[in-house]
Amino acid sequence: MIEVKNITKSFGDKTILHDVSAKFYSGKTNLIIGQSGSGKTVLMKSIVGLVRPEQGEVLYDGRDFLKMTDAQIKSLRQEIGMLFQGSALFDSETVLGNVMFPLVMFSKMTRPEMLDRARFCLERVNLTGAEKKYPSEISGGMQKRVAIARAIALNPRYLFCDEPNSGLDPKTSILIDELLHDITHEYNITTIINTHDMNSVLGIGENIVFINKGHREWVGDKQRIFTTANEALNDFVFATRLFQEVKDYIIANGQTSAPEKQS
Amino acid sequence: MTPVHINSNKMLVDKSLRQLGRYTLFLKRAFSAPDKWSIFGKRTIKEISLLGVDSIPLVIIISLFIGAVITIQMKLNTTSPLIPAYSVGLATRDIVLLEFSNSILCLILAGKVGSSIASEIGTMRVTEQIDALDIMGVNSTNYLVLPKIVAFVLFMPVLVIFCIGTSFVGGWLVAAFTDLISVSKYLYGLQALFQEWYVWYGLIKSVVFAFIIASVASFFGYNVKGGALEVGKASTNAVVSSSILILLFDVVLTKLLLQ
Repeated sequence: MIEVKNITKSFGDKTILHDVSAKFYSGKTNLIIGQSGSGKTVLMKSIVGLVRPEQGEVLYDGRDFLKMTDAQIKSLRQEIGMLFQGSALFDSETVLGNVMFPLVMFSKMTRPEMLDRARFCLERVNLTGAEKKYPSEISGGMQKRVAIARAIALNPRYLFCDEPNSGLDPKTSILIDELLHDITHEYNITTIINTHDMNSVLGIGENIVFINKGHREWVGDKQRIFTTANEALNDFVFATRLFQEVKDYIIANGQTSAPEKQS
Repeated sequence: MTPVHINSNKMLVDKSLRQLGRYTLFLKRAFSAPDKWSIFGKRTIKEISLLGVDSIPLVIIISLFIGAVITIQMKLNTTSPLIPAYSVGLATRDIVLLEFSNSILCLILAGKVGSSIASEIGTMRVTEQIDALDIMGVNSTNYLVLPKIVAFVLFMPVLVIFCIGTSFVGGWLVAAFTDLISVSKYLYGLQALFQEWYVWYGLIKSVVFAFIIASVASFFGYNVKGGALEVGKASTNAVVSSSILILLFDVVLTKLLLQ
């Protein structure tokens, strides 16, 4: 489990995150949602250590990331996998080379063992046969799957995904969502997904943290989101007519948990 | 000076000092022990091929023509009968050894290699590849930058020797195919009053310049913020800054090594 407590982060005079606290559970797909510019990316970057918050705690199963030594951080990083918005695959490496990279850098496996592991990971994301291709030769959806394979190569305990569906068609987006959901449950990973894709929210949102203007406004799951009384969240999630109709249909058919009290 | 001028000068000094501090910290991170020496070795060999071996054709073409031009100009500008004919070869040799094969060559390579390094690392920065390395626990500065610096510094003397050799060949071609100077006098001039230290002086300078080109270009590339436009700007800034530093260190090293 990852827990953030009272995270505050500013850039210059502008405070991006105001005293944000949240819990992200292992074996669950934890979603951070919010409008563009709401601070969700900064929150994720604060958790993984790409930016350093001015105050607060980031606890990885009780271990405070912000108080770790360099050696401890380096060790923890090998328990972390991350899927970037643009996949961030290494252009100069093949698909297989990308997946093998963390194994080559940090595992004590022999080369045949590394190859086996990399091929297993590629098989897990349904990408067998693309080993020798370069990232520029494969589609955006395939790049995302390679990035997932690379992220899980070292059997991470924590998986971070920044906008995993951006730039993908709806069908591929669903495939990526299902893959992340399945991997999370299969390996009991603490997965945190940063998204504003409503299909993801309603599809795999087992623990949802809503960030609005740098504040944590709401926490719940994909059932409770239909009955939320939070105005900002309602405006954000059910902004389109289609999702509003979906909400009305689900509420009318009683497929949600008990209505939430206005807070 | 008006208060406005003093203020802007202060800001310029302040900015330069900050940049120097960031560059020093960047080098400190780059010069730490690699995570895996075998990977460092492989990457260094790859960079020798990309930055060094791939520059050989450019070095040969430029040196051949400049060597020929220096020889022609020396002949055309030394018309006095008091100056012996072999002095054309001698002057060509000393110009090549003292300045062309190191300073001018490095200014040219700052454009080719410097922009290549800055744009490669800059692109990795804007496409989050460097963040991906950091997240994995890899010291990205060390992993990306150190092999480039080591490779270029190690291979630069080879490029300098290529440059010296082909420049002399360029001069020899002028002697052989024109009637400006005889081949024998040109070759005699190349060997006359030879000072071995000039070769070492050129090699020492080139190694320092290679370090400047690789490290400054890496620094600008690594610190890119934004998108493709900023990568282009970083590439230009890397070339301009390393060229200025090369010229500055040229003066300093000449004063230190030749006086």
